[in-house]
Amino acid sequence: MSLAVSGPCIQMKGVSFGYGQHPLFNRLNVTFPDQQVTAVCGPSGCGKSTLLKLVNGLLLPSEGEVSVLGNLVTHNSLDALRLKIGYAVQRIGLFPHLKVAENIAIVANATDMEQTEQHERIQFLLDMFNLPSVLLKRYPHELSGGQAQRVGLCRALMMKPRLLLLDEAFSAVDPISRFDIYREFIRLQQEEQFSVMLITHDMREARFLADHIMVMESGSILQQGKIESVIAHPSCDLVKRLVKEHLLCEA
Amino acid sequence: MRGLNKIRAYCFFLVIALASVFSVHSVAWADSSKVVVGSKAFAEGYLLGEIVAQKLERDGFDVERKLGLGKTIITYEALLAGEIDVYVEYTGTLYQAILKGQYQPQIDDEVADINQALKETPLKVLPSLGFNNTYALVMNKQLMEEKTIKSISDLKQYPDLVLSLSHEFINRTDGWQGLKSEYDLPFSVSGIEHSLAYQAIQSGKIDLTDAYSTDGDINRFGLQLLEDDLFYFPSYRALPFIRKTMPVDAQTSLAELAGLIDEAKMQELNALALEDDHSYAEVATDFLNASFGTLSEAETSYPWKRLMGYVYEHLWLTFTALISATFVGVLVAILAYRSSKLSRVLIYSTGLMQTIPSLALLALLIPIFGIGWVPAVIALFIYSLLPIVRSTINALVTIDSTLVEVAQGLGLTKRQQLRTIYLPMALPGMLTGIKTAAIISIGTATLASFIGAGGLGDPIITGLSLNDHEMVLMGAIPAAILAILMELLFEYFETRWIPAHMRSNVT
Repeated sequence: MSLAVSGPCIQMKGVSFGYGQHPLFNRLNVTFPDQQVTAVCGPSGCGKSTLLKLVNGLLLPSEGEVSVLGNLVTHNSLDALRLKIGYAVQRIGLFPHLKVAENIAIVANATDMEQTEQHERIQFLLDMFNLPSVLLKRYPHELSGGQAQRVGLCRALMMKPRLLLLDEAFSAVDPISRFDIYREFIRLQQEEQFSVMLITHDMREARFLADHIMVMESGSILQQGKIESVIAHPSCDLVKRLVKEHLLCEA
Repeated sequence: MRGLNKIRAYCFFLVIALASVFSVHSVAWADSSKVVVGSKAFAEGYLLGEIVAQKLERDGFDVERKLGLGKTIITYEALLAGEIDVYVEYTGTLYQAILKGQYQPQIDDEVADINQALKETPLKVLPSLGFNNTYALVMNKQLMEEKTIKSISDLKQYPDLVLSLSHEFINRTDGWQGLKSEYDLPFSVSGIEHSLAYQAIQSGKIDLTDAYSTDGDINRFGLQLLEDDLFYFPSYRALPFIRKTMPVDAQTSLAELAGLIDEAKMQELNALALEDDHSYAEVATDFLNASFGTLSEAETSYPWKRLMGYVYEHLWLTFTALISATFVGVLVAILAYRSSKLSRVLIYSTGLMQTIPSLALLALLIPIFGIGWVPAVIALFIYSLLPIVRSTINALVTIDSTLVEVAQGLGLTKRQQLRTIYLPMALPGMLTGIKTAAIISIGTATLASFIGAGGLGDPIITGLSLNDHEMVLMGAIPAAILAILMELLFEYFETRWIPAHMRSNVT
C-alpha cells in the first residue's frame, strides 16, 4: 500500500456548524489523506453523518471552509464537484420509480455517457458486488435489503469517483458474502485510486477496509491516525472501550 | 423517463390544438355583421328571445342566438359589453336593478323616459311588446280555498305558511323587503331556484313562492295568483333592450312587435312552450306566422340531434381549462413547494377562489371578459387550480428526505433532479389532483351555459325552465358519462406512466 500522500482529499479549517440553536462543531480542523480509506467511528449522534454532509455540500458550515479534492466547497462549485464524489447511504436511497439499471445509470444518463461504456461499467460493478444481471430490470422494492444496498454502492461507483462517501453503506449486506465484497472493494479502490470516507459503527469493518481511523464524540475528534496504531495506543476511555469490545469479538 | 417525454409530447400537441381553437374563436368574434340576440334563463326569456331572433331572421338579418344567459346582471353586462345586441327586458327591472331609480316611472310615455335616462349609455329601449309581467305571489289553489285566502293582505292571519322565494326577488328593493313592510307580513323566508319552486309547492314542501304574472305554468301546477290588493308591485312591461349601434332596419323590424302580445297571449304562449311537443322555436314561429303571415316551415332542431355538439363544446371547455390549469398549477407548485409559507399562501388563496359560488364567479367575470367561451374557461381554470396545486405541492414535499439528499448528492443539476427524480416521483399525486380537477370541471362546466358558452348545460337549463325532465336528463346523463370516462382516461394514463407499485389506485 502506497504511503505517499499527495495532499489531503478533504480538508476542513475552523469549521463550525450546528442545527438551530445547538452548536455541534466548534472550529473543527479535519484532514483526510488522499487515495486512502479513512474510517469514521463513534457513538450515534456524535456528528459522523453531519461531517459527511459538510463534505458533499448538503450542509454548508456557518464558519470556516471545506476543501474537497483541492476545491473549495461553495454553492457554485457544488454540481461539478459532486460529479467526482460517489455517495451511498445506510437507508437505501434508491429511487422507487426507476428500475435498478436506471438507478445505477441516473447520473450517466444525465451527463450523456455513451451507452456501451455504461453497459460495460454496470456489468463490471454487478460482477464485483456479486449481483445477477436479471436484477437490472427490477424495481428497488423487489430487492432484498442487502441487494439494494449493493445496488446503491454500484450507483456511487458508476461515474468512477475520485472520492467515495459511505454512510453505513455495508450495514445490510449479509454476513456470509460480506468479506468477499470487502475484498473486491479494496481491490477496486487500489485499482482506481479513489479516496474513501467510511462511516461505520463496526470496528471489524473499519479494520478490514480502512488505512486510517478517526474516532469522534459529540462533535469533536478524540483520536485520528493509522488504524493499527490507534488500536495499539488508544488515547482515551471511549477509544479504549471501542478497541476492547472489538478485540473481544475477534477472540 | 420515457413516460415523461411522452407527457411532454402530449402537452405540445395540446398546446398547438388549443392555439388553433383560440384563433378560430377570435375570428368568430371579429364578425360584426350579425345581430346577436340574448335572453335571460327562464321560459318567457327564451321564448321572447326566439321571437326577437326569428323576427329579425324573417326580415333578412343574420342572427346569432345566445339565449339563456342567467339573470339580469349577466344579460345587462353582456349588452353593455357589446357581447349581445338585444334582449328583452322589463320596465320594472330597468327601473330598479339597472337605472337604480334614476327616473320616475310614468305610465304614459315610459319608453321616452327610459331612453332619456339611458342617454349617456350606448343602450336604448324600443316600444313595449304589450303585456305587463309583474311579480306576484302564488299558492296552491285548494289551500287558498281551504283557508279562504284571496289577497296578499289575507296572509297575515296565517304566520305558519312556508315562504320560499327566488333569490332575485328576495334581494331587490321592489321585491320581498318592500312587500313585507307594505303588507306587514309575519314571515321569514328562504331562497329557492325559481324553476324548482312550483314542484316544491306541488309536493307540499313550501306553500308560497314568487312568480311572474304571465307564467304559463301557474295553471298547470294548480296554482293561483294572490291579489295585490294594495297595488304594491310595479309595472313590468316587456320591451326590447338594445344597443344604439344596432342597424336602423333591425330596430324598425323589432318595433313592429310593439303591442302585439297582451297578458293573455303571453300566458298562452308560455303554456304552449311548456308542452312537451313544442320547442321555443316552434311556438315563436307559429306566433310570428299568425301575426305577420306564414313564411316558411319552422326549423325543428330537436336537441337530440345537437347532443354531439353539446358534448363537443363541453369537452373543449373542460380540456382547455384543465390543461391550462395543469400547466400553471404545476409550475406554480414547483416554484413554491420549497417554502412552506409560500405553499400555504398558495393553497389558501386557491382554496378561497374555489369557495366563490360558480354563478357569482361567472357574473364577476363578465365585465372583464364578456360572455361566452373565454370567461367560462377562466372560471373552470380557477376552480381547477386548487386540487392541482394542492396535490402537486403535497406530492413534492412528501418525497422521502433521504431520497432528496441522495438526489442532491449525486451531482445532478437542479433541473435534472426535478426532471428525473422529483417530478416522476410526484406524478401519482399530481395525476390524482388533475383527475379531481377534471371531474369537478365536467360538473361545473354545465353552468357555463348561463353565460352562453354552450355545452351540456344548455339542455339542462332549458329543460329546467320548461320542467322537461327528459331534456334535463339529456344533459345530465352525458355529463355523468363524461365524468366516468374521464376517470377511466386517467386510470389509463396511470397504467402507462406509473409503475404498478407506485400507483395510488383505490380500485
